[in-house]
Amino acid sequence: MSYVEATPLGARARRRRILRRRFLRRPAAVISLLIVVGAVLAAAFARWVAPYSPDATDFNALLSGPSREHLLGTDDLGRDTLSRIIWGARASIQAGFLATVLAMVVAVPIGLIGGYYRGWLDTAIARVTDVLLAFPFLILAVGLAAILGPSLLNATLALGIAAVPPLIRIARGETLALREEDYVRAAVANGANDAVIIGRHILPNMTSTLLVQATLTIPAAIIGEAVLSFLGLGVQPPTPSWGVMLNAAQPYLNEAPGLAVYPGLAIVIVALAFNLLGDGLRDVLDPRTER
Amino acid sequence: MSGPLLEVEDLSVRFDTDEGSVHAVDRMSLSLEPRQVLGVVGESGCGKSVTALSIVGLLPKTAKVTGSVRFEGLELLAASKSELRRVRGRQISFVFQEPMTSLNPVFRVGHQIEEVLREHMNLSRAAARQRVVELLDLVHIPDPARRAEEYPHQLSGGMRQRVMIAMALGCDPKILIADEPTTALDVTIQAGILDLLRELRDRLGTAIVLITHNLGVVADIADRVVVMYAGRKAEEAPVGELFAHPQHPYTIGLLGAVPRAGAAARNGRLQEIPGRVPSLSELPTHCAFADRCPRADEQSWSEVPVLRQVRPDHAVACFHPGEQ
Repeated sequence: MSYVEATPLGARARRRRILRRRFLRRPAAVISLLIVVGAVLAAAFARWVAPYSPDATDFNALLSGPSREHLLGTDDLGRDTLSRIIWGARASIQAGFLATVLAMVVAVPIGLIGGYYRGWLDTAIARVTDVLLAFPFLILAVGLAAILGPSLLNATLALGIAAVPPLIRIARGETLALREEDYVRAAVANGANDAVIIGRHILPNMTSTLLVQATLTIPAAIIGEAVLSFLGLGVQPPTPSWGVMLNAAQPYLNEAPGLAVYPGLAIVIVALAFNLLGDGLRDVLDPRTER
Repeated sequence: MSGPLLEVEDLSVRFDTDEGSVHAVDRMSLSLEPRQVLGVVGESGCGKSVTALSIVGLLPKTAKVTGSVRFEGLELLAASKSELRRVRGRQISFVFQEPMTSLNPVFRVGHQIEEVLREHMNLSRAAARQRVVELLDLVHIPDPARRAEEYPHQLSGGMRQRVMIAMALGCDPKILIADEPTTALDVTIQAGILDLLRELRDRLGTAIVLITHNLGVVADIADRVVVMYAGRKAEEAPVGELFAHPQHPYTIGLLGAVPRAGAAARNGRLQEIPGRVPSLSELPTHCAFADRCPRADEQSWSEVPVLRQVRPDHAVACFHPGEQ
């Protein structure tokens, strides 16, 4: 794969080392990364991480506070809150990642084509995007989820579609800027066709912007999933989800406030971690912020 | 060889903007022989870059181009998009002014040259690799195999310009158009790049159109010189003839503004051309240089001078040509 057998220290490896050092100098980003990785692992291996099954009931401990058996207490059916939070992370993280991937797959090509070819198509894309951006993200998601019907898959679809307009605007804006770059002009002069210019010269140069945007879209979708599930438009009980747990906690706010507090904290911590990770990545990847 | 390689005839370029149309180039003609180095000289905004870009259709859509550009019998102004794409890079290559930003920052330089080769020449991966190293060696980049593995930000400006030239030469083009290739570089690096261009012409037989505002650069390397002013050709002659017997007052002014050892000693300072380049928003009905010209008279202010032969192989568009 390379022109020479052994370079003392390859350019790519060197750049990676610089980026890693810059990242490690940001404690908030490092802690956020640990939380994000921890949450993803806990969700993936919930079966082994969670102390109990999310549906297991303990009738000797209904609405109990924290104890040695149940670290975060139990709900009205005696189900272990910690276990349900760990299992609930699955719905949140699945919705967060899938909705973001879906939004990227739809939005980036539209933004690239509009920004590169300009013309009436671009005008139409930009105006429709502006109209959709006038609706707040959650309102759009709730509306779409109501049309699609309640389920985790439909909630994910709704969140993904609702996240498309801002991503189109970002991809289009980046394309508009990048198409004026000298290396794009040079590629045209060297006879490159449109596919090469878009695929090799424009898209790779906006990956860091898109990566940062993804880490900001994921927490929005996680919160969105909780909202939809709280409203009964997402995950359906008894399947655990942080939104479902918040909803179920409403009648017991006085007797067992922990039922609402712990899932709420889970949402806040995970969403905040993704956001801070995104901020950190932006600072690290954007050469203008340092040096 | 029968006839010129590239023939530009009566080329006019007009940009229609909200503030009215701008006539960037007016009835320009050029012809380029195989192996020839043609220098195109003029101040900023005289239309020299626009002329070059219009040859392979690189101007934005707002440009209205008329006239004729023939390359080996193919009329490029009437060519389709895919025909143009086959000419660009393959037959006629460009080197631009800005080596610092003309390379894609996210790919290794070797990879970028390789892409151009594979796009045009159907080479296998390994053959393209081999050729990349050859090309980098050809443009005198030391340790080419290692440099090919580096990213643009790891190379200096002169190095990057050499990479751009290697990329432009990748498909053995018949014509290399270099638009101010040395302007952004240090003087010593400039000399190196000019030496390289001359050597490439001698070794590969590539014809070169060298666009510059620097007559010193032209004297160094060109065979023939075209002086442009305000979108029109002011004077054209072989390089020795032009420097020995400049006819157009504008050319004489440019020559006086070139710093030379000895010239400063004579009268203490460089000469300047008074006034400014005229706006190109409307075509003048008089000599465009009249308001800056010491020789201007009534005729200069009432008619447009046409190009005419005043000495063997030496044409000038002026009513009062002559040295001094």
